[in-house]
Amino acid sequence: MSVRRLAEEQPASFEFTPENKAWLEAQIAKYPDGRQASMVVPALWQAQKQNDYWLPQKAIEKVADTLGMPYIRVLEIATFYTMFNLEPVGKFYVQLCGTTPCMLRGSDELIAVLERRVGPQRHVTADGLFSWLEVECLGACCNAPMVQINDDYYEDLTAENFEKLLDDLAAGRPVKIGSQTGRVSSEPAGALTSLTSFYGDGAKAQAE
Amino acid sequence: MTRILVDGVEVDVPAEYTLLQACEEAGAEVPRFCFHERLSIAGNCRMCLVEVKGGPPKPQASCAIAVKDLRPGPDGAPPEVFTKSPMVKKAREGVMEFLLVNHPLDCPICDQGGECDLQDQALAFGGDSSRYAENKRAVEDKYIGPLVKTAMTRCIHCTRCVRFTAEIAGTSDMGAIGRGEDMEITTYLQTAMTSELQGNVTDLCPVGALLPKPQNFRARPWEYQKTETIDVQDALGSAIRVDARGREVIRILPRLNEAVNEEWISDKTRQVVDGLKAQRLDRPYIRENGRLRPASWQEALGTVAAKTKATKAEKIGALVGDLAALEEIFALKLLVEGRGSANLDARQDGSKLDPRFGRASYLFNASIAGIDEADSLLIVGSNPRKEAPVLNARIRKRWLKGDFLISAIGEQADLTYDYDYLGAGPDALARFIESAPTASAKRIVLIGQGALTRPDGRAILALAAQAARKHGGLSEGWNGFSVLHTAAARVGALDLGFTPGQGGLDAADIAKAGVLDLVFNLGADEIAIEPGAFVVYIGTHGDKGAHRADVILPGAAYTEKFGLYVNTEGRVQEALRATFPPGDAREDWAILRALSGALGAPLPFDSQKQLRAKLGEAHPHLLRLDQIGSASAADLEAVALQPATAWKDDFAPAITDFYLTNPIARASATMAECSALALDRLKQAAE
Repeated sequence: MSVRRLAEEQPASFEFTPENKAWLEAQIAKYPDGRQASMVVPALWQAQKQNDYWLPQKAIEKVADTLGMPYIRVLEIATFYTMFNLEPVGKFYVQLCGTTPCMLRGSDELIAVLERRVGPQRHVTADGLFSWLEVECLGACCNAPMVQINDDYYEDLTAENFEKLLDDLAAGRPVKIGSQTGRVSSEPAGALTSLTSFYGDGAKAQAE
Repeated sequence: MTRILVDGVEVDVPAEYTLLQACEEAGAEVPRFCFHERLSIAGNCRMCLVEVKGGPPKPQASCAIAVKDLRPGPDGAPPEVFTKSPMVKKAREGVMEFLLVNHPLDCPICDQGGECDLQDQALAFGGDSSRYAENKRAVEDKYIGPLVKTAMTRCIHCTRCVRFTAEIAGTSDMGAIGRGEDMEITTYLQTAMTSELQGNVTDLCPVGALLPKPQNFRARPWEYQKTETIDVQDALGSAIRVDARGREVIRILPRLNEAVNEEWISDKTRQVVDGLKAQRLDRPYIRENGRLRPASWQEALGTVAAKTKATKAEKIGALVGDLAALEEIFALKLLVEGRGSANLDARQDGSKLDPRFGRASYLFNASIAGIDEADSLLIVGSNPRKEAPVLNARIRKRWLKGDFLISAIGEQADLTYDYDYLGAGPDALARFIESAPTASAKRIVLIGQGALTRPDGRAILALAAQAARKHGGLSEGWNGFSVLHTAAARVGALDLGFTPGQGGLDAADIAKAGVLDLVFNLGADEIAIEPGAFVVYIGTHGDKGAHRADVILPGAAYTEKFGLYVNTEGRVQEALRATFPPGDAREDWAILRALSGALGAPLPFDSQKQLRAKLGEAHPHLLRLDQIGSASAADLEAVALQPATAWKDDFAPAITDFYLTNPIARASATMAECSALALDRLKQAAE
């Protein structure tokens, strides 16, 4: 991690879309009077979603004005949580898990792929399609190594199928979400190694 | 009350006390950085770790754990706290080592050196050497305003400044962005702080991260000659310490005075220091052929004496400004009355307050500390944030405690707390008086000078007294009728009766063209004396008053003389001399005494001691230091009964520019910068 600052180039203004505005109003109404500030993380998240996955200065100010908070309080939150991007990201924003299980299962190879294809972290490719960031554990260790691209997990990656995945995304072809080797959720990758037989009532039922 | 053993000493403390408070009660010293008595508890510096028996078996942050959180022993023995055990010693050394990991070793070039909490505590509680050989963190310095210089690498993230701006100042200027090692203290995108109390963060900062910018590299703390005195930039009379090196005042710091300023002072109080050196009048001047030329004392006094002798008594007048001490006001009063003139006035702003209505009619009767006990507040024609920022912080403190209804009539300004806005003018006040009374029994009716300097000020005063009487402002044991003054000299002058005598003219008439032939102007710079009269200006700065003067007699500023001041609540306080007046300038009372000598009718004192004795004979309460002399609430009944036909005009603000209210502030470059910034902000807000 390093010091996070707002992007150098900022849009001149930010306005919530009518749908988001309606959503925001409905959400704010759920909070007791004077406690609207508790809404700040969802509000920032919605602003980030609307603005191509990054938060401009005006969006931070908009959220602060909407919730009646001082600007600095919202900036504190936006800079604290690393999932709030303060700079533009690619259309496909790859968050690569580099924590121990993924690292042991070969995330270094995926990093090499990304560095070759995309460049250093936080760099957006010239076509605006890709940028990437190494993040801490995303909680899919059973299917390591994995990446998150925008809202979806892609698991059981190797350098080859990861490369193909990126190619398909770049070309706009449909891609499979989840495991890239065909296993269902977190089933064992090969044959069953445990629970191979039934015991007790289960064994009885099996016999009948 | 709960019993607790601190290092074997048993103390009986309230259950909600923190362990840190209990330790202090028992006389044990606990080091701390983030904890501050007047701020919320953060518990993030970990320096106050203690060992407890009856709680979790690990070092505890004593600031963040209450006495009631500890269990008694199995046989009912009180819980125990240890502040000197080996575990505590080791824990403190560990915390200190971590704090110092990222703290630069730049004490020799740091202005905080010598009065640095980290330095002192590292010496007392830290290890003897460093084990750290890795790279240290470096942080970009931030711009946070003209008054505070930053060296953010030194910051230890205690967040005192963040909590101060959010809680006490109420402006939420500062915050901590980023997280972990990358956490940085800053303002929003490095804009200047907006509070009038921002200078206090330099006192709160336990290290050299936030330092007073105007005092950058000026002196070491042990070089100062420290004088404990009081402030005259507003009418509160905040307790200050003036630090001088040689003949020069370098800085002004707050002193603790729970009854007045707690431990805060406004930015004007703190950073007006460079105004004490600039634009000073350091020798007498006489106007000749339209130009002022330097003169000797003898010549100047001779000229004034000749002019005085040649002028008829009813053609002589005298004005007193906002910074004058009791001594010179008293001397001037004796001098002018001795000539037989009744044309005296100290109310250069045209205020309609008058000592004839009784002392209670012009004091902040609720007293500043009384704000803490009040249950509601009505602000009439005042912006306390500008007129007395420290008082405003006190109001905010009371408001934060809850159950404090604030309503305001007049300017609709950002006061850092919520209030009901009732209207802009006297009709709103009339409506308030007619409204149904509430359960409020301790209401403060705060009347600002914005309501009293109008021609119908007397009617407003009557209306305010009626409001106080009808709505819980005047009851048994409570007088909430409170006038907030803007001038430090005003209450003293009113106490001395420096107002027009029988048939005398008031300030506006004295200043009018062709009315008088001779005007003694004792530092009144906020009033324009029209051409015609011969003006003798006794003051300190080459400001408006000096430009209009025909003879200038250079006086002493508030840091350069011993002088008595009476603050807005009627508290008599003494200002002490920190340095000497520049050049040939003299203490004002001595100038007036010399002038009376030149007139051949010497005033009846030869020393300040004799002067004060005379003063005490006439007004005994003015010699009782740090006491509020009596003021009868019955006088207010009479005020309330006066005819109260007010005009329709809205109340105008008494102070338009907080930073430039007096000649000293106007001479200060720092105040000019602050004023320009505030003006900019105002323009931006208007866009």
